[in-house]
Amino acid sequence: MTNFATLKVWCGSSPDSGHLEIFVVPFEPGQSVLDGLRWIRAAKDPTLAIRFSCINANACKECMIEVDGKTVYACTTRLIPGEMTLKPLPNKRLVRDLVTEIAPPAERFGG
Amino acid sequence: MNSELVQVDTDVLVIGSGGAGMYAAIEAARAGCRVFLADRSLIGRGGATVMAQMTVAAALGSEVPDHWSHHRDDTLTAGRGLCDERLAGLLCEQGPDCIREMETWGIGWARKDGRIAQAMAPGHDRPRCVYVDFLNTGPALSKTLRAAVNRTTGIRKAGDLCIIDLIVADGEVVGAVALHLGSDAAVVIAAKATIIAAGGLTKLFQRNSASANMGGDGYALALRCGAPLVDMEFVQFFPIGHLAPRLIGMDPIMWDPFRYKLGGRLLNGLMQEFTSRYGSDERDKYVLTRDLASYAIMKEVEAGRGSPHGGAYLSFRHCSEHALREAFGPVIDRLAANNIDLTKMDIEVAPIAHYHMGGVVAADCMQTPVPGLFVAGETVGGANGANRLSGNAITEALVFGRQAGRSAAARAKSTPLRSYKPDTLKPMLSLLTGESSAHNNVNTAQMMRDLQSTMWEGVGPLRTEAKLLHAIATLEEMTRQIGELPPHGRKAFDLQRLEWFDFRNMLLVARAVAQSALQREESRGAHQREDFPAASPEWRVNQRVQLRGDELSITKPQRAAATVAQ
Repeated sequence: MTNFATLKVWCGSSPDSGHLEIFVVPFEPGQSVLDGLRWIRAAKDPTLAIRFSCINANACKECMIEVDGKTVYACTTRLIPGEMTLKPLPNKRLVRDLVTEIAPPAERFGG
Repeated sequence: MNSELVQVDTDVLVIGSGGAGMYAAIEAARAGCRVFLADRSLIGRGGATVMAQMTVAAALGSEVPDHWSHHRDDTLTAGRGLCDERLAGLLCEQGPDCIREMETWGIGWARKDGRIAQAMAPGHDRPRCVYVDFLNTGPALSKTLRAAVNRTTGIRKAGDLCIIDLIVADGEVVGAVALHLGSDAAVVIAAKATIIAAGGLTKLFQRNSASANMGGDGYALALRCGAPLVDMEFVQFFPIGHLAPRLIGMDPIMWDPFRYKLGGRLLNGLMQEFTSRYGSDERDKYVLTRDLASYAIMKEVEAGRGSPHGGAYLSFRHCSEHALREAFGPVIDRLAANNIDLTKMDIEVAPIAHYHMGGVVAADCMQTPVPGLFVAGETVGGANGANRLSGNAITEALVFGRQAGRSAAARAKSTPLRSYKPDTLKPMLSLLTGESSAHNNVNTAQMMRDLQSTMWEGVGPLRTEAKLLHAIATLEEMTRQIGELPPHGRKAFDLQRLEWFDFRNMLLVARAVAQSALQREESRGAHQREDFPAASPEWRVNQRVQLRGDELSITKPQRAAATVAQ
């Protein structure tokens, strides 16, 4: 078993001009995809845009992204010691990188 | 993107949409005011309320007869002589009313034989804590309040909007300047009254039960506009935060409800009961208050009797599979998904930063000493003294939120929108729209970890003069490191830029905690000094913190300041 995970993370500011950035993340059993993303921000790229609030408690429901084609919460999806592809939600307006506009229109600033 | 300035007018600005902020918004709107509810995260999702696992204390007298004065007495006892009695009294007296209103809004408090169930929690003299079952109190509260906000006319909601500074004109707060994360736009909000309901500061510590936005913003906003803080040295370390094995999809304070319902045994690394050595014999009951339990666990670890990961064991092995499932239903499956079977294994727990007793000085109408500025929820200082009683945090969010909404509405109705010179905005707007820092390469995410470990090591559950002095020096060095200007911000959702503004707040508030802790040369409640292990009558006073220029001034009143009135 390898002791790292390879995360291919979609980065970009508009839906048609993004690219997959590859990050190799130390892997420990039991970790979440959100742990991996937070590690990337601290160790590799602090400009990576991700949305989360409660940190692995699955209470705020803000960290919804697409992992290997499935819509999931990054905080309850386990990291695997292999390759995973992380993309923003396809059916929501893109803000940047993995962040999409998931709030209902009435709860957004500027509607 | 940020070339143009967005302007907003409102009667009442509410900063933060946790329980306190949402209740404040509803109450101010019900009084006929236009309300602007801003949150740096999504409305009703971030903050601490959504994380609440179980108990909300209120003298409903649903299971056994009760009166709010008994709840107040328990609150004052837990606060180790430092509670502001007016605020504690308000919390306890108004709590039942807010709990009942939440019931009419459909929260669905757990019931037993048709009556609202009340659990016994440490420090209470009788069963007093209501809850929503299966660790769902916080999510249910947030959802119910969010729905009530959406039903109330007059509330404009603005998520992803981070308040950077309050605007002060002629000594009064007249609005705020904000950063919209989605567009990087600078926003100016003019308000007749402003309520800070931005929660506490637990994100300052490495081990915490916080959400990502509990970095003490509210305290920093208050300090910078001239409002005093009180009791900043008192950080509540929740004794039995989850430590090991690795657990995801669950809040680390989740073991509290397990102890309420099933007791559980706290054991040291040698599998011995140990709490009796620290003044309380628990046996199978859950009676030890949070300050004493945290102290006991830290001391066992220090003596080399900790569990493998540096905490204590919590055991439910005496409980049957049936009893566990009856008490926690679907939670047992979530534990199984994390390979945890409580009938076969003990888990490891250790203290984590959980709540802040200190906060902004306020009268019992929630007005701060600065006109136009009100506070609510955890941002308020004083109600809980040196140690908060279990179950009081949500109650204070609701009660103080409602009261702040009421008081802010009264001010807004009798006050015109104040005009101010454009120059007033210059310094704060220049942070948002002006030049950027040359230090664009500062890794803010890594620095955040450094700040959190500095606070944990130096200003954590066991403090000494040497540790505090070292932490203060490190904080001062970090303050120099981040510089005067934020890094470049031309991108949507620029976390690096947001983190710079967080640092500006967190470092200021961290210094307020560390300096207050250094001055208090005694041990009391959540503030434990190894070099001054006993409580001193001379220290039965509440220290205040104010910002003068760049320096924090800490003042110690001459006599007991925990206020009057029985």
